[in-house]
Amino acid sequence: MSGARIVTASGRVLPLVGDDIDTDRIMPARHLRAITFDGLERHLFGDDRAHAAREGLVHPVDDPRFAGAQLMVVNKNFGCGSSREHAPQAIVRWGIRGIIGESFSEIFFGNAVMLGLPAVTAAPADVAALQAAVAADPTLEAQLDLEAMRVTAGALSIPVALPAAARDALMTGRWDGLSLLLHDFDEVAAAAARLPYLRDFA
Amino acid sequence: MPTLLDKVWDLHTVRRLPTGQTQLFIGLHLIHEVTTPQAFAMLRERGISPAFPDRIFGTMDHIIPTSSLRRPAADPVAEEMIATLEANCRTHHIPLFGLGDDHQGIVHVIGPELGLTQPGMTIACGDSHTSTHGAFGALAFGIGTSQVRDVLGSQCLAMDKPKLRRVRFEGRPGPGVTAKDLALAMIRQLGVNGGVGYAYEYTGEAIDRMTMDERMTLCNLSIEGGARMGYVNPDDTTFAYLKGRPHAPVGAAWDRAVAWWRTLASDAGAAADDEQTIDVSRIAPVVTWGTNPGQSVAVDEPIPDPAPLPPGEREAAIEALQFMGFEAGESVQGRQVDVAFIGSCTNARLSDLREAADIVRGQRVARHVRGLVVPGSREVQRAAEREGLHEVFLQAGFEWREPGCSLCLGMNDDKLSGAQTCASSSNRNFRGRQGSPTGRTLLMSPAMVAAAAVAGQVVDVRRAVPRGGAVQ
Repeated sequence: MSGARIVTASGRVLPLVGDDIDTDRIMPARHLRAITFDGLERHLFGDDRAHAAREGLVHPVDDPRFAGAQLMVVNKNFGCGSSREHAPQAIVRWGIRGIIGESFSEIFFGNAVMLGLPAVTAAPADVAALQAAVAADPTLEAQLDLEAMRVTAGALSIPVALPAAARDALMTGRWDGLSLLLHDFDEVAAAAARLPYLRDFA
Repeated sequence: MPTLLDKVWDLHTVRRLPTGQTQLFIGLHLIHEVTTPQAFAMLRERGISPAFPDRIFGTMDHIIPTSSLRRPAADPVAEEMIATLEANCRTHHIPLFGLGDDHQGIVHVIGPELGLTQPGMTIACGDSHTSTHGAFGALAFGIGTSQVRDVLGSQCLAMDKPKLRRVRFEGRPGPGVTAKDLALAMIRQLGVNGGVGYAYEYTGEAIDRMTMDERMTLCNLSIEGGARMGYVNPDDTTFAYLKGRPHAPVGAAWDRAVAWWRTLASDAGAAADDEQTIDVSRIAPVVTWGTNPGQSVAVDEPIPDPAPLPPGEREAAIEALQFMGFEAGESVQGRQVDVAFIGSCTNARLSDLREAADIVRGQRVARHVRGLVVPGSREVQRAAEREGLHEVFLQAGFEWREPGCSLCLGMNDDKLSGAQTCASSSNRNFRGRQGSPTGRTLLMSPAMVAAAAVAGQVVDVRRAVPRGGAVQ
């Protein structure tokens, strides 16, 4: 089974500033209490949004100027901590189609790609420039182009990076990899048969 | 000269995928109630059944109550998740250690104690602390739910081989200094994202001398330093732990297993992509002051001033201090605690409970403190009860609970309320982690938690130990 080919994503840019934003903040554990992912987007950054509201501030997720944003810009080590796929699921269900950041935690990155969500990295200065541009004009529209491996936004054009395997998977629509893994099951069975702990002393 | 990472990776490589990634066979897949229901549903939609159901084992830990084993569970959502896992395991003939089962417990506690976790395996589970199993010389790592689906359906994952960082722990720890302190000190030194892209190989005198429980605590926390997996080369300590466990090989098969396990350690002189050394003799008991596990100090060291930090880190540190109600230059000692939690996949094994019990024996939990001891598994609970540890905790005023994840992540009724401060033997001090959006977590060793519970505030366990106390 293959998904859509993902080459570009464009729209307004939701800014989430700060290093080491963990998946407990993206999706607090009490919202994992369900056997489906349905409706998770309502709880995206739930605690941070409530905290901002109490302080008389508006969290970017609640800021009407970013309503309908399709891109997100983040800093370093985004998505660290828990492996919960609920975090990228909520981001995708909220409407985000691409994330630009300085770096991502490995588990978060893998989960994102498997949902067809490109998580591309850019140089810290370029991320800061994009954040500044969005802060100056929240209506700014940006485009992420996996063909050109660039993000453009107004006068800004920054190079981005994505591991080749993830880029190919997204661009060819093979980001949902189970069919690839089941392509030759005889090979899987042969690999299992080679394992000493299954063959010699199971 | 190959490393353990090279040997185990190559052995489990099915093929190189057209994407350039490796199709890696997963020798052991552990599942629990919270990250699997959607994965089973996705498989059902495609009409696919688990490929190797006898290499999958289920338990319940994340959402289950730790106050009662009654069914149906009082919490209807918990009951639904429990029943869903039961149905999925029944349908697909997957062994399940359910609520009330003799082998039920936190997934990273039961895998090793049942002998399911063995050297040379690849192990995956929908939980980031799967790195724990690396203590046995396995490649073990957390995965998301779509990857759980992939492993259920194919017993494989598409993976990039990590680089290897060798972390050498030189010297011997001082009194009151545990594996937890070594891990937290390492994360502070190498950073919470320092390990991204790496597997960590832990070596050195301190590791050689560690028990399996201690190695599990250290490997468990690999992910908090950004490393998805961390491992210790298997040795006689490993084999001695496994011998006689329910799923360990027996008789001639045991001898064949040990002979193979002995070949797995990284070859002498095998190169790593990076090497780091940590002087264990300089580590004191550690307490976190912030909102990630790298924001910590030695218990006798003031909280650092964020001013000299690079931009980005500085703002994060200032925010963390505000959230936690600490000020730069302040000591963590003397901070009043409201809750003391001894539990989690990091520190809820028998040795952890013994160390904590040695501190609280004959003492009382401070009047304003709620103390909770949540054993990591039914087996840990029973073993502790055979030694009378539950009496020690109960007489001191702690609650003695059924096994589960509990207050580590606040998915059941065990939660902080408001801006409570919790001295916790768990693994994450993220904002909101323990169930209250404004709750504050101080990570520390189980002995330090026990000492804080008794004193009602953070204290240095090296001074809190009663004369003749048993902290080694």
